[in-house]
Amino acid sequence: MSQAEETKGNLKKKETAIVSLQREIAPGIFDLWVKTDLAGNAKAGQFISIYPKDKSTLLPRPISICEIDRMKQRIRLVYRVQGVGTMEFSRYQQGEEISILGNLGNGFPIDKTKGKKTLMIAGGIGIPPMLQAAKDTQGEVTFVVGYRDQNLFLLEDMKKYGTVFIATEDGSVGTHGNVMDAMKENEIKADLIFSCGPLPMLKAIKQFAQEEEIEAYLSLEEKMACGVGACLGCVCKTKKVDHHSHVHNTRICADGPVFDATEVEI
Amino acid sequence: MINTKITIAGITLKNPVMTASGTFGSGMEYGEFVDLNRLGGLITKGVSNIPWVGNPTPRVAETYGGMLNAIGLQNPGIDVFLERDLPFLNQYDTVSVINVCGKTVEDYVEVVERMADTKIGMLEINVSCPNIKEGAIAFGQNTEALFHITKEIKAKAKQPVIMKLSPNVTDIGEMARAAEAAGADGISLINTITGMKIDIHKRKFALANKTGGLSGPAIKPVAVRMVYQAAKAVSIPIIGMGGIATAEDAIEFMLAGASAVCVGAMNFVNPYTTIEVIEGIESYMKKYGVKEISDLIGAVE
Repeated sequence: MSQAEETKGNLKKKETAIVSLQREIAPGIFDLWVKTDLAGNAKAGQFISIYPKDKSTLLPRPISICEIDRMKQRIRLVYRVQGVGTMEFSRYQQGEEISILGNLGNGFPIDKTKGKKTLMIAGGIGIPPMLQAAKDTQGEVTFVVGYRDQNLFLLEDMKKYGTVFIATEDGSVGTHGNVMDAMKENEIKADLIFSCGPLPMLKAIKQFAQEEEIEAYLSLEEKMACGVGACLGCVCKTKKVDHHSHVHNTRICADGPVFDATEVEI
Repeated sequence: MINTKITIAGITLKNPVMTASGTFGSGMEYGEFVDLNRLGGLITKGVSNIPWVGNPTPRVAETYGGMLNAIGLQNPGIDVFLERDLPFLNQYDTVSVINVCGKTVEDYVEVVERMADTKIGMLEINVSCPNIKEGAIAFGQNTEALFHITKEIKAKAKQPVIMKLSPNVTDIGEMARAAEAAGADGISLINTITGMKIDIHKRKFALANKTGGLSGPAIKPVAVRMVYQAAKAVSIPIIGMGGIATAEDAIEFMLAGASAVCVGAMNFVNPYTTIEVIEGIESYMKKYGVKEISDLIGAVE
């Protein structure tokens, strides 16, 4: 570690983490636990960026935090192999040193969950961040999760924290269709929604929340470069003029990734 | 003892390492990682006379050893810059350089004039952004247009004027000479190289803007060559950049003829790059017994 990297007291930092466990929990879906002192301040809904070691792939890959073990100083990241960067990550072995940047983003507004029935709606690789959110929630939790098929990754983990309703695209488990179909079929109601997943799903939830007058928070994603709010690569259109940018654009990495559904134009 | 001080157009930098425009905001975000007081200079993201919304997303895409961006110069405009960013920059003992962008000569001049009574040390004029339809690069790909805008800005500017040149030209020496002839106090180069990436699975452009500016280590040899050619063409100082990741890269630019250098895309890859480059330059000077850093400028044989 260089002298520069030792700068103390910073909230965000780039540091070396150690892989403590990695396994494939569904085809192409990897479950990675890393030992890092970033775990101490990490919050549900925040993300970590991992830097590939291959220098032809320069940019850090943002991955949402799935679970935080503050006692053992470990963070769990569950990701899908999507390209060359995540392909490299999938080969990391126990004990290997990796370079990460964290903790990034704002996280879910957990304090709003007190005494409320919170609905965690997620699809595909949007499911992982809901786990820590559910762990930290101070009220009743219901999950509505969408998968492609019967590879129901993280299901057993979610069951520890709430009731789980499932939708599958191929109809192999639960409701045949998407999370909105599962909501209708099971007549699910809630006081608060936390959500993460593909954009069409988030759009449907934004509309549903508006119609039902339910407070909803959506975790968004976009192609990122810096991950810390400097490059303005990952913006999302906003209803009002953004406090930082002074235009109708907000930075997903720095001011999100979690936004009040009424504030973003998706 | 080694002396890392560099003077450009009468402004002294404590070391030659600066930040490339658009990669470092106005310093707030990276101030969490590095002590901004250690930087030779900080060049801000482009600032225009009114807020600019920028391009649709995706705005960034990774390429082999580099990245494409088409941010489109999103910025909050000069009013917010003066109220928020400038007081922040003024807290630090580094030379603050504002990067100025615009659609018309008048837009640029408006921003330049509003810098007159500030502590901004230099003005970097962006005539080379490849990602917007009007202004910017339109002034930087034609010697007459470059000469004209440089002269207009010089007539109003109270600080040294650095013209930031585009690599997307046939003859960089000719562009450098036009800037010098119009009175520019210095030039900076290279801005990004226009590029494109296509997602073959979706058969779509990786960027919403279709084209974007290529930066990162992939462009370094092109940048070194252009700094060398520009240095041969003019006698005004040059701020060199393009894929600098290490002190070795920075020294290469200085040997090619740059008086100072900027770290750009590599800030995204390692937020501590600037400091590591500064420390590495000092080590290089000690190793080779270089007492004055200015002895490195254009010292390639």
